[in-house]
Amino acid sequence: MQVTMIVNGERVTRDVEGRLLLVHFLRDHLALTGTHWGCDTSNCGACAVWLDGEPVKSCTVLAAMAAGHEVRTVEGLEQLGELDPIQRGFMHCHGLQCGFCTPGMLMTTRALLDSNPNPSEQEIREAISGQICRCTGYASIVRSVQWAAAEESGTRTSTVDPASVRSEPRSRERTADRP
Amino acid sequence: MQVPVPFDYERATSVEHAIGLLARLGPSARLVAGGHSLLPMMKLRLANFEYLIDINDLHNKLGYVKVEPTQIRIGAMTRHRELLESPELLRSFPIFHDAERVIADPLVRNRGTIGGSLCQADPSEDLCAVCTTLDASCVIRGLDGERVVRMADFYRGPYETAVGDAEMLTEVRFPLRPHGSSAYEKVGRRVGDWAVVSCGAAVWMDDGVITDARVGLAAVGPNTTGIPAISQALRGRPPSQDLYAEAGAIAADYCTPVTDQRGSAEYKRHLAAELTRRAMRRAVARVHGREL
Repeated sequence: MQVTMIVNGERVTRDVEGRLLLVHFLRDHLALTGTHWGCDTSNCGACAVWLDGEPVKSCTVLAAMAAGHEVRTVEGLEQLGELDPIQRGFMHCHGLQCGFCTPGMLMTTRALLDSNPNPSEQEIREAISGQICRCTGYASIVRSVQWAAAEESGTRTSTVDPASVRSEPRSRERTADRP
Repeated sequence: MQVPVPFDYERATSVEHAIGLLARLGPSARLVAGGHSLLPMMKLRLANFEYLIDINDLHNKLGYVKVEPTQIRIGAMTRHRELLESPELLRSFPIFHDAERVIADPLVRNRGTIGGSLCQADPSEDLCAVCTTLDASCVIRGLDGERVVRMADFYRGPYETAVGDAEMLTEVRFPLRPHGSSAYEKVGRRVGDWAVVSCGAAVWMDDGVITDARVGLAAVGPNTTGIPAISQALRGRPPSQDLYAEAGAIAADYCTPVTDQRGSAEYKRHLAAELTRRAMRRAVARVHGREL
């Protein structure tokens, strides 16, 4: 069957099997391998993408179900060569270790900040409760989201920059060295 | 890689179209709403269908929470997130808010629907316990029109409902009664998991006395279970800690848990009693405008 959808602002049409999952459509048919394929059981959230502006697990949506709809993947976060603030937050605050969960984390937390520009730590943790970081780096992920929220609201100062309130001096030095 | 067996995909453009497709294609066809129970089962090949009929386009028509003087009507395609965020439900049936917060995770709640949850009929399904607690009725549409089925008659066994081959659940109705409130308690192994045991409670009061009470349990029987004996025991009595404990003891006695990877039958019986006690206590506090 033929499916047509908008992916990261571009209209795409492909011939697919009805049983093809959206995650494989993105990765194998469109070569958008930024979306990761993890547990395959709708638990880990590495495959999270946006469907009509809401984060969903693309291992549990058929490509056919997304036809006629709008999909946004991690490749669509960067605009005009500029990283999204949430991506910069993950860079600044070491929001990733192995990086496997990162695309899903980025898509979910971008959606969170769009609906709630100043989330509490609890709200951030709840928003990512459908994602698993196998490195267990949740504290850094929360800090990364807080960094992005502060950046976007223009309130990021030395007092709220999470990097500046780190307890370990070595991490602080390394963060400061980053461009 | 988990992939369902090959099937033909159809997209329904109306309720009539969906029912027409079901009638034409027979029992080898299945409706898919949010898909977050069905697709994982199809990926594991626990469920295999020749045709899948996508009804997500019907969200426009069947995604609603409508408050009427004597009932609240919820469209079958209303998504978990919409139930969680509904101010009307929070006001009339806080049990929805309690339960939705602990159903799966925010991403799954963006897709899953109340109709899909009820028709999946998993013995551990939280929304089924909520509907059982609130004495909901299910509106089932077929080729020859509609019929309305009480929750007590909706479940026929694990993963089996009263919805026939060429029928579709279109709406769930909840009777509105004055001076009542409700609550939901769940114990799970981790965030987003199925319940080890969960329990819904609803109470109605007048002049310091319980006029009616209902309890619905999930994960401790072949289907979510209403417990009429609790209603009988509590009617006409003033609420007290002892009374909640009595309700809990009835729940533990009545339920039929089995030992599995989520816990022993004995542990689940203990939970059934404890969660019934807590949910009752919280529901009564809410009748009095207090939040525990």
